[in-house]
Amino acid sequence: MDIAQLQAYGYFALTAVLVIILYSYIFHLYRAKKDADGVDYEKYGNMALNDDIDDAPVSPVSNDKEK
Amino acid sequence: MVKGPLEYDYTVAKMFMFTTVVLGIVGMLIGVILAFQLAFPQINLLLGEGLAEYTNFSRLRPLHTDAVIFGFTLSGVFATWYYVGQRVLKVSMAESPLLMFLGKLHFWLYVATVAAAVISLFAGITTSKEYAEFEWPIDIAIVILWVVWGIGMFGLIGIRREKSLYISVWYYIATFLGVAMLYLFNNMEVPTMFATSAAGESGIGDWYHSVSMYAGTNDALVQWWYGHNAVAFGFTVPIVAMIYYFLPKESGQAIYSYKLSLLSFWGLMFVYLWAGGHHLLYSTVPDWMQTMASIFSVILILPSWGSAINMLLTMKGEWQQVAASPLIKFMVLGSTFYMFSTLEGPIQAIKSVNAIAHFTDWIVGHVHDGVLGWVGFMIMAALFHMAPRVFKRELYSKSLMAVQFWIQTLGVVLYFTSMWIAGITQGMMWRAHDEFGNLAYSFIDTVTVLHPYYAIRGIGGLLYLTGFLMFAYNIYKTMTSRPVEEHELQNASPMGA
Repeated sequence: MDIAQLQAYGYFALTAVLVIILYSYIFHLYRAKKDADGVDYEKYGNMALNDDIDDAPVSPVSNDKEK
Repeated sequence: MVKGPLEYDYTVAKMFMFTTVVLGIVGMLIGVILAFQLAFPQINLLLGEGLAEYTNFSRLRPLHTDAVIFGFTLSGVFATWYYVGQRVLKVSMAESPLLMFLGKLHFWLYVATVAAAVISLFAGITTSKEYAEFEWPIDIAIVILWVVWGIGMFGLIGIRREKSLYISVWYYIATFLGVAMLYLFNNMEVPTMFATSAAGESGIGDWYHSVSMYAGTNDALVQWWYGHNAVAFGFTVPIVAMIYYFLPKESGQAIYSYKLSLLSFWGLMFVYLWAGGHHLLYSTVPDWMQTMASIFSVILILPSWGSAINMLLTMKGEWQQVAASPLIKFMVLGSTFYMFSTLEGPIQAIKSVNAIAHFTDWIVGHVHDGVLGWVGFMIMAALFHMAPRVFKRELYSKSLMAVQFWIQTLGVVLYFTSMWIAGITQGMMWRAHDEFGNLAYSFIDTVTVLHPYYAIRGIGGLLYLTGFLMFAYNIYKTMTSRPVEEHELQNASPMGA
């Protein structure tokens, strides 16, 4: 096996590994739903739907200040 | 002061809705005139020999582009910001007299600046930099009105009740910062009155004249870094901001994936700024820079499609709404055109494709499938969604809206298909040569061949303008003649007739 052939196998293997890592990370994100800090990002989508002035904020500023 | 229950205050949003419609009509009307001038040159003398100075193609062209970019689109961006901003931050402009004052000041400064820009461009006063034609006094006015908008924007964010910023707000902030940076750097110019010629003359030219601070290739590079990112931060980023709010709201479906929206946002921010060099392929710009621009342009498909697919997936399980509601049709076709033109752009930025496409009508076709199909459709959809809520009235006519949708869709299709054929024909004819390298065609040969496509393009533009006039009429009638809605509107906009 010459060097070019080795490079080609190596290139293919690297691409496959990167694809597997990327997709398993995406799968992990969706299964866990929450990030490392325990925040579920998908709840933020409700900021557009519940946007009347009397609707309860998804994460109110005042709660933050009380902490 | 009467203290009623707290409500969102749409005064400034309504003002900018008005300029969106008016400047849209102006910009598109001039566009249609230009299209027919290219097909039938005698239209250059539309108002006779005496006024030919004001009606010829070259005088009108910057008025078309600037009216559509800085008139129609920017007004739409401002109108939707003053609507969406309050709602997703859950704070009313009525709560802060200062923000209300800044909003109105923003509007009136904008109107004054637009008036100055229109007059100066009609008079033929220009820096001759594309999409940056305004001379330094107008540039200064633009900087001031932009800063006023920014103070208002960050002021509203500062008094918000919602701690997190909705994805649309991210995009509006990016629009503000992106345009600020681009505009400042590309419009660095020296008024000629400060210059001294080699022969020692000083105070050259009129007081308002200026020359760019950059020279030659550097000027071209800064210009196209600006020019391409004017597309990014004027035609893409704020329009994505709109669709991320209006499509979920109108359909009652939360965004398919909020995470994907964040990923696409940062992808777009990182990649877009490097792609401008694709306007300068095969020019005196260093070769590595051209290659880099090509590569970044191709990578740009990822974040663009990330947003567009997110929009289409938001409709998952709710596709019957596309059939039922003309408003949803506008937005779904808008995001489809977004996918389509963000695939077409990268293809054109590939060097070998660019060798055929550059300087041809294909580029013009590309710009227009993006602007007519994506920007125009999305801004009209946003205004249709806002109208029943800001005027507290049912939309005047659903059937008029549906007819408008099909007329304009046909218009866009005629526009881009004719320009594809014209552009590729042109590109192939320009480079055709015999075995000795002699060019096979002269320029006029291409003009003769392209004539029918130019006529079709004019008709496509005319159809789109007709649809826009129907839109303006529908909004006007909504304001004036529909019964008042008492209840707070949730999702789907109520439509009559």
